[in-house]
Amino acid sequence: MLKLIGIALVAAGFALRLNTLLVVLVAGLATGLVSGLSLHQTITYFGEYFVQNRYMSLAIVLALPVVGLLERYGLRERAEFLIRRQARATAGRVILLYQAVREVTIALGIPIGGHAQMVRPLVAPMAEGAAATEHGALNPTQTAAIRAQAAAAENVGNFFAEDVFIGVGAILLMKGFFDSVGLDVSVWDMALWGLPTALLAMAVGWWRCRALDRRLLALRGPQTTEVAR
Amino acid sequence: MNAWIPLEALYVVAGLVLLGVAGSVARDAAHPTRWTSALFWLLFAATFLLGKVVPPAVIGYCLVAMVALAAFGRVGKSTAPERPKPEREASAARLGNRIFLPAALLPLLVVVFAFTLDRIHLAGLPLATVKEATLVGLGLASLGALAAAIRLTGARAAEPGAEGGRLLQSVGWALILPQLLAALGGIFAKAGVGEVVSGLAAQYLPTHLPFVAVLAYCLAMALFTMAMGNAFAAFAVITGGIGLPFIVQQHGGNPAIMAALGMLAGYCGTLCTPMAANFNLVPAILLELEDRHAVIKAQLPYALTIFLGNALLMWLLVYR
Repeated sequence: MLKLIGIALVAAGFALRLNTLLVVLVAGLATGLVSGLSLHQTITYFGEYFVQNRYMSLAIVLALPVVGLLERYGLRERAEFLIRRQARATAGRVILLYQAVREVTIALGIPIGGHAQMVRPLVAPMAEGAAATEHGALNPTQTAAIRAQAAAAENVGNFFAEDVFIGVGAILLMKGFFDSVGLDVSVWDMALWGLPTALLAMAVGWWRCRALDRRLLALRGPQTTEVAR
Repeated sequence: MNAWIPLEALYVVAGLVLLGVAGSVARDAAHPTRWTSALFWLLFAATFLLGKVVPPAVIGYCLVAMVALAAFGRVGKSTAPERPKPEREASAARLGNRIFLPAALLPLLVVVFAFTLDRIHLAGLPLATVKEATLVGLGLASLGALAAAIRLTGARAAEPGAEGGRLLQSVGWALILPQLLAALGGIFAKAGVGEVVSGLAAQYLPTHLPFVAVLAYCLAMALFTMAMGNAFAAFAVITGGIGLPFIVQQHGGNPAIMAALGMLAGYCGTLCTPMAANFNLVPAILLELEDRHAVIKAQLPYALTIFLGNALLMWLLVYR
């Protein structure tokens, strides 16, 4: 039971809005100490796992220079301009379309997308542009709702169709687990049974994106601001 | 060496980008936290450049220093402004749709590299190992797209570094959060936190009912994923502790269906937790949302409905 102290510390730290890095470090040190590791050993593990997981930051560190450069030369403005000419486009439809593309491609094992690479420079400005055509200049609440939804669509599209492709890490991890406990389970079976939930995720996306469009309408008000930064 | 382009080489490139950020912060006399911020970026660069060379304990103490700098509010962003909107609009009008070419080239190259790097052999060595091909491809694609973007825009050599640095600084110390949380997950696993959780669930839930077994497994996957920030870490522990003994062995459920849907139940947890910082917190900062948890809040309706539907699907399908 004492080993759960780390989880309790993280929950408390997030709830109190303390500096997240500090909370995580302290939670790790506490968990290490109650599990019989020394302070030095726990810090060493932190270093070891941090280095092992450098891949998590690789994409964003390498993508931001090209994304930043293209933004400097008007990428977001152009995306917004194009979408403004599509009379039927709404923020919800743009985001739903992105989720659909993301689900289909990832189900085929094609890893496109990403918050830094697609959502910030393209999807969010296009959704904002579509909304601005419909509602006039957007207020900050509307802008924030659109952006959060665009990020959500990226994650949902990425997660729930990914396991339909058998080459993906999750399927191989499950296969490895069953091999290790001596059960023979086919990767094709696991991929096949991921399909219904992938379709469900699409349906939920349709519902949320319609809800977004309705919410943007409700949020329409005198409180205006510049559309894009 | 077992491939022409080891992943480590791209970590060095990323390290150089971060070193560039440290350098530009150090030269920025107007920077509100000039020297401490520069030190933060320098240490982060060092973990990329020297991660494989120096002992993990050294990296660990560097981390402690980075966390301390951030916790005392000594890591800030530069006050240099973004390029004014009218200039960006003029540039967009000048370049037209060609501005999309490098942006489209990035995912295109990712795909091409992901499917070819491990299959092309030169002098008996693959360009990248099977395991690293996707990540190496991702890195090379960014560099390829960058070259195309510089050619298209005619930007000066310093511009991509300056713009990338501005964006990296706006993410700030949160950039190391995903890696730090992954390290915390590693320490949880080392300490056996998962076994304690699945033991508690197995002890207190009426898993002799087939539906309760499914619900307990799905809930445990989601909750443990929320605690660890990672469904993969939850999978082996929860499937070994709850899924296999109750759903498969006690009630004769199908292991393939259980695993497939169980992992997806875990992903519902990923949508709800600040522990999955790279999916939930960093994007909120990248999109300049004031509320750090705005993305999680937008995801809650998705997570709850998909979780319920997914658990129902498992109950209907797993005991066929």
